[in-house]
Amino acid sequence: MKEHHLQLENIHIGLAGKQLLALSAEIRGGEVLTVMGPSGVGKSSLLAYLAGFLAPAFEASGLVRLDGEVINQLPAERRHVGLLFQDALLFPHLSVGGNLRFALPAGEQDKEARIEQALVAIGLAGFAERDPETLSGGQRSRVALQRLLLSQPRAVLLDEPFSRLDTHLRREVREFVFAGLKAAGLPAIMVTHDAEDAEAAGGRVIQL
Amino acid sequence: MALANAQPAKHALRLAPTLVLIVLIAPVALGLALTLLPAFGYLPVLGGERLTLTYFAQLFATPGLSHSVAVSLLAGLLTPLCALSLVLLFLAGTAGTRLERWMRRLVAPLLAIPHAAAAFGLAFLIAPSGLFMRLISPQLNGLDSPPDVLIVNDYWGLTMSAGLIIKEIPFLLLMALAALPQIEPDKRVAIARSLGYRPTRAWLMTVVPALYPLIRLPVYAVIAFASATVDVSLILGPNLPYTLSVMVLQWFNDPDLSYRFVAAAGALLQLGVTIAALLLWRLIEALGAGLGRRWVSRGERGAGEAVLRVSGQLGVGLAVLVSVGGVLALLINSFAGFWRFPDNLPGAWTMQTWSRALGEIAQPLANTLLIALVSTALAIVMVLAVLESEQRAGRRLSPSMLLLYLPLLVPQIAFLFGLIVATEFLRWAPDIKLVIFAHLIFVLPYTFLTLAEAYRRLDPRWSQLAATLGASPWRIFWRVRMPLLLAPCLTAAAVAIAVSVSQYLATQLIGAGRVPSLTTEAVALASGGSRGIIAVWALLQALIPMLGFALALFLPRLLWRNRRGMRGLH
Repeated sequence: MKEHHLQLENIHIGLAGKQLLALSAEIRGGEVLTVMGPSGVGKSSLLAYLAGFLAPAFEASGLVRLDGEVINQLPAERRHVGLLFQDALLFPHLSVGGNLRFALPAGEQDKEARIEQALVAIGLAGFAERDPETLSGGQRSRVALQRLLLSQPRAVLLDEPFSRLDTHLRREVREFVFAGLKAAGLPAIMVTHDAEDAEAAGGRVIQL
Repeated sequence: MALANAQPAKHALRLAPTLVLIVLIAPVALGLALTLLPAFGYLPVLGGERLTLTYFAQLFATPGLSHSVAVSLLAGLLTPLCALSLVLLFLAGTAGTRLERWMRRLVAPLLAIPHAAAAFGLAFLIAPSGLFMRLISPQLNGLDSPPDVLIVNDYWGLTMSAGLIIKEIPFLLLMALAALPQIEPDKRVAIARSLGYRPTRAWLMTVVPALYPLIRLPVYAVIAFASATVDVSLILGPNLPYTLSVMVLQWFNDPDLSYRFVAAAGALLQLGVTIAALLLWRLIEALGAGLGRRWVSRGERGAGEAVLRVSGQLGVGLAVLVSVGGVLALLINSFAGFWRFPDNLPGAWTMQTWSRALGEIAQPLANTLLIALVSTALAIVMVLAVLESEQRAGRRLSPSMLLLYLPLLVPQIAFLFGLIVATEFLRWAPDIKLVIFAHLIFVLPYTFLTLAEAYRRLDPRWSQLAATLGASPWRIFWRVRMPLLLAPCLTAAAVAIAVSVSQYLATQLIGAGRVPSLTTEAVALASGGSRGIIAVWALLQALIPMLGFALALFLPRLLWRNRRGMRGLH
């Protein structure tokens, strides 16, 4: 599998003339950079900036390179930067299979087989027609990760991805998410409040 | 900094808001201008080539004019005052109760009853020989013939105001219920209650001050409508003299074309009356705010709680009862054969009225449906284009978009008049296309009003997520936003259909009487039609919006029957 790498060069984000954060970093494939800090320090703005959704009210500068290509100017859908939120956010109007199909690139061959394969890989064979609402919390997280991977991202952003899960589930989900990202050779940036998350990620930690 | 701006500065829909605004505002501005000129005597087609004040002199010399103006003004203030107070008291007294949940379901069907149909229903209920009088006669009052009192068409237009209040309550309720989630009423009330305030009072003190600014615009629309209504006035309003708006219409329809100038002057006066009503309402607002502040700062916790709670429930309950009773009265009348006075029910039932009406219905029904469906479709597309362009720009629409609501604040007769002058000048024959366009002017703002909040409140993470999965903005629109917003879009469409079906003046004036709709036919029966016939037409008129709301409720449930996450999303 090809390894990707993500470089942040002199990222500055400010609001109304006040600087929120400044950051430079390089993240290699399979590595997770953890960004920690109190609320309001601009962690979410950093992810929004990298993914391409920063509200126009913010001022931001710096270069984001993904596999050497500068992606600042690209719209979100062409950046190949995937995103995992606190909630699994499976589209409620689509089936489990429909959620996975949504992520598959348009030109993909034999989509049905890819979807079933992806479900088998997370122990949910035959779940394609199910309503996502009928899945357990752990199953939803797995489908969300699988959906992310099917979209063939080159880097991944994690926005407090485990904070809504209970302690027991949390460990399990954390393990398969990090394992999945590593196996896919994806550089990742995780924003979190939780020191355990940071430890489990095993990468560098930046305190804002 | 330029480099930082990830959003493409140009997107496909960036011109949509401006275009929609022009389509909407141009006719209103043009119509107003072309009302202004003939009012001052300038209308070369009819030989008016000099500016003059003659027609205003003629207008002010009309006997009974000052009373007409007074009644229009009274209706314009009484309607919002009563409807708004009752809605607020009701919401305050029932927050979180089963009654409130019932009301949420009742709002749509109540709103669906067009003004004209509701007005006829009210008339059939409370007229001297109406259903109510029959129920209490002769046991309670000893009457065996209808009493000789003027209930409907009373001198001060109080029955007309009552009819308007009954219709505006569901409208303001819907607007308030849509706005409430933004201001988290439960938290506000919880804090006030923890300080010892009783619940209804807590709601009035903490929620109303935040809620009112959010529903101010709909309230102003109520004022504009009530002070200038034509159809409700023709059915329930006084006729010696008529209200100002009806007088204007009569001058306009006068075979002597020189009355067109007086009509224009009258239309301008109507604009002045509506503006005066709005200004007086600003005064009432200020007064209400002052009294409210004193009430809050007195710090009383519980006095009068029961009165506050019950009054709203009684008022809104009565309005609902009268609406439903009105429809019932229409139904009975439509099947009534011979019906002696104090009898509660007809002595004979007949299908004759229906079968006779159904023979004449085809053209008006086809017109009504075509106008409603096309204007609704256009309005939905335009509103979605504006809201989607707002999403893609990532910032709120410019405040100038508030002009979108202008058609709701200007009395219809004031600019429809000028629009007719324009079409006559351009030699456009009145036809259904023009009527559809005229409807669009009113349908679009209501559609925007109904849909905007739901569109803006949709969790932005859905579209962000879809984008990170590689979906283009259009794919996000069609595959994510539209399905998730299907229910509110259908509700907005149902509201749009209801607004279109209930349009009387726009159909009658712009169609020059050559595009009959269910509404124009029903209102035309107001003077002189038999009760049975009126009832049939009014019921038919109410049927289409009812079907619209039923579909809007039913379709999402059918479509998402296997998608539990889609329930309660809205």
